[in-house]
Amino acid sequence: MKAGKKMKISIDRLRAWSERDTDRDYPFIPAEKSPEKEKREAPDPNRYKNAFEIRAFQKVYNVFSVVFCLTLIAVLLITISYLPRFGEAGNPANNEVEQRYIEAGLEETGAVNIVAGMILDYRAFDTFGESCVLFTAVTCVFILLKKKPTDAERENDRLYEPKNDAILQTAAAVVVPFGILFGIYVILNGHLSAGGGFSGGAVLGACLVLYLLAFGFEKTERFFTERTFRFITVIPLTFYCLAKSYSFFTGANHLESHIPLGTPGAILSSGLILPLNICVGMVVACTMYAFYCMFRKGSF
Amino acid sequence: MDFIRNFPFFSIMLAMLSAIITSVLPKKAARILNGCAISVCILLNAAVLWLTLVTGESFTYTMGHFPAPWGNELRAGALEALMATVFSGVLLLSVAGGAGHIDLDIEESRVNLYYVMIDLIEGAMLAMLYTNDIFTGYVFIEIMTIASCGILMIRQIGRTTLAAVRYMIMSLLGSGLFLIGVVLLYDMTGHLLMEYMHESIAALARSGQYTLPLTIAVGLITMGLCIKCGLFPFHFWMPDTYGYSTPASSAILSGLVSKLYILMLIKVYYRVVGAEFIAASKILNVLFVFGLCAIIVGSVSAIRENDIRRMTAFSSAAQIGYIFVGIGLGTTAGMAASMFHIITHAVTKPLLFISASGLSDVSGGSKKFRDLQESGLRNRAAGLGFSVGSLSMVGLPVFAGFVSKILFASASVLNPHKMLPTLIVLAVSTVLNAVYFLRTVIRIYRPAEKRDGEPVYTERLAVRDQRAFVLCLTVFAAMNLLLGLWSTPVTAILTAGLNMFS
Repeated sequence: MKAGKKMKISIDRLRAWSERDTDRDYPFIPAEKSPEKEKREAPDPNRYKNAFEIRAFQKVYNVFSVVFCLTLIAVLLITISYLPRFGEAGNPANNEVEQRYIEAGLEETGAVNIVAGMILDYRAFDTFGESCVLFTAVTCVFILLKKKPTDAERENDRLYEPKNDAILQTAAAVVVPFGILFGIYVILNGHLSAGGGFSGGAVLGACLVLYLLAFGFEKTERFFTERTFRFITVIPLTFYCLAKSYSFFTGANHLESHIPLGTPGAILSSGLILPLNICVGMVVACTMYAFYCMFRKGSF
Repeated sequence: MDFIRNFPFFSIMLAMLSAIITSVLPKKAARILNGCAISVCILLNAAVLWLTLVTGESFTYTMGHFPAPWGNELRAGALEALMATVFSGVLLLSVAGGAGHIDLDIEESRVNLYYVMIDLIEGAMLAMLYTNDIFTGYVFIEIMTIASCGILMIRQIGRTTLAAVRYMIMSLLGSGLFLIGVVLLYDMTGHLLMEYMHESIAALARSGQYTLPLTIAVGLITMGLCIKCGLFPFHFWMPDTYGYSTPASSAILSGLVSKLYILMLIKVYYRVVGAEFIAASKILNVLFVFGLCAIIVGSVSAIRENDIRRMTAFSSAAQIGYIFVGIGLGTTAGMAASMFHIITHAVTKPLLFISASGLSDVSGGSKKFRDLQESGLRNRAAGLGFSVGSLSMVGLPVFAGFVSKILFASASVLNPHKMLPTLIVLAVSTVLNAVYFLRTVIRIYRPAEKRDGEPVYTERLAVRDQRAFVLCLTVFAAMNLLLGLWSTPVTAILTAGLNMFS
């Protein structure tokens, strides 16, 4: 009950905030500035002209959303029961496509890790799209949250920084170096064993965030600013785009590609997969770190 | 000539690359690079269109060293190439026409990010049009969704943020349903490339296996894409989304983005699932009925609005309805009418949104009808542009909207069961369109009452932006007239393209 009340108040405040904009024809509802006490009181529901409609709508909405979700769940569960059973040999998904990926993947892509071969060679265009999804998402977060720090924030940098927590700092000092090392290993070994750019990049990004949490922005600013971020995202993505364009172009026009596949199993093998893994890893790590910084204080 | 086959791939990669590079460029360079990239894309796609028309057949393009069922693939026919060319042109013009407002509405340090989003939309648009792989389609739908939210919320006033939240939720729900549908289809077919999926689905339909999951999968994909393109009853996010963003964004979102989801749906229907299964599942009848409702509801809601941008947004909901009525007829003629209407709407709606912003500029930034009186005389270019767009949407002869209405009417005659409702709704909606569009046109030319000592505040665009604004309106109006007067070549290309399509 209490939670419901709180929710309603916050919706009301959101509405008030949203109507405070430059479109002056919209009624301006002042946000409650007054002391805490008044804030907690539920707003008068009768102040809107269509108060009855709003209340009726909210009731119908609650019922309808539950009904809709239950129907969707039921429909999907029934559908699943008609689908082929998971893991059976005769399933439609076990066809010539999968067969070639498994049998000829090593020879054709040079990657011991078949998954890396699939996502970065057979279906590299999709993966390029996925990296661009990350790029798009991080650009949108910049659009939404980027701001210049105010004077107060610049002077008092403890606003967003943690207090010096000895336990956190000691733990981070131990975990972060190993974590970063492990992340780099996962990325560089992506074509040989399980892992790759996406998972290794996530490990790297998490380590950076942990380091930031323990030691604060002052320390990370020394090696990671917005400039660094821009270059670490733009250069790998440009390289990915150009390298894969070369590979697509040669492939589609039946030209010989001059990228050596190397000996399967060696660290320098499998053609473009290793550099592309590195690119994806860098993009993912930076994206994660940028998300954290943006949501935390709106700048690096 | 064989080299032209590379052009779809070149144009996609060019758009994506310029998006990536634009993110580190200053505002001015970003604008120039964006303009250049999209112009080059227009030329490349026009060449592809020429090639497909000369050879008379579509072609596939392997993305990489691995042939179709293993690697990704693009496929280009006349329909895709025509849409890609027209849409890129509309994108370029919308951004050029709205450039002044982009600078006014968007905070200085974010302007280059706006151009990043435009480039991403261009890339995703081309990829969605040309892809022959349903999962690639999904990936680029994702990029399109996020970038659309980006160009919506970049104008940071409360209402756009709220609109962006709602648009994001609806779009993600749509993407989610689409993805579930794709997963179900993959589970039953084991393929992601469209032709191979189509073969397995045809085999499944013949053997009568998995009919229920197939129907559900098609239903989920339909629902997902309908939510994203705003078909009735999912049109309620439209007025806020189109009504408060910067004019270029409204133009792009209503003119292009929602159309791409419709084209994707058609692709799924006729290239993946197959015409026989679609005809047997009666799903087209459902779309037909919702299309008719959308026309009426959209028009009536538009009449009740007193805000020019929101009115135009509701009119978009009605136009989406027309397109679905054409698809719902289930004939090639109906489909051709829908495709023609997609083009008509793509060249008219941006014209309306951008000229409406010009009218608001000379009326103190207000979008209310009562403040807009006489604004057509204060800003003649915008007034003329809005009038041309309105007349075209109402369906006056000479303009593009007339041709698409004729095409819808003549297509419906071939379909005995759906003829009567289509003709009645067409007639009613023409009257309704006339009510709200002509009322607005009369409003903007009616002399305003004198208000003492209250000078009409005008927001001055920079001279260069003003010139771009007028040029953009002129080109859009000219395209409307051209489509209205010489529609035969376009319909010929559309028919050829539809024959190549499936």
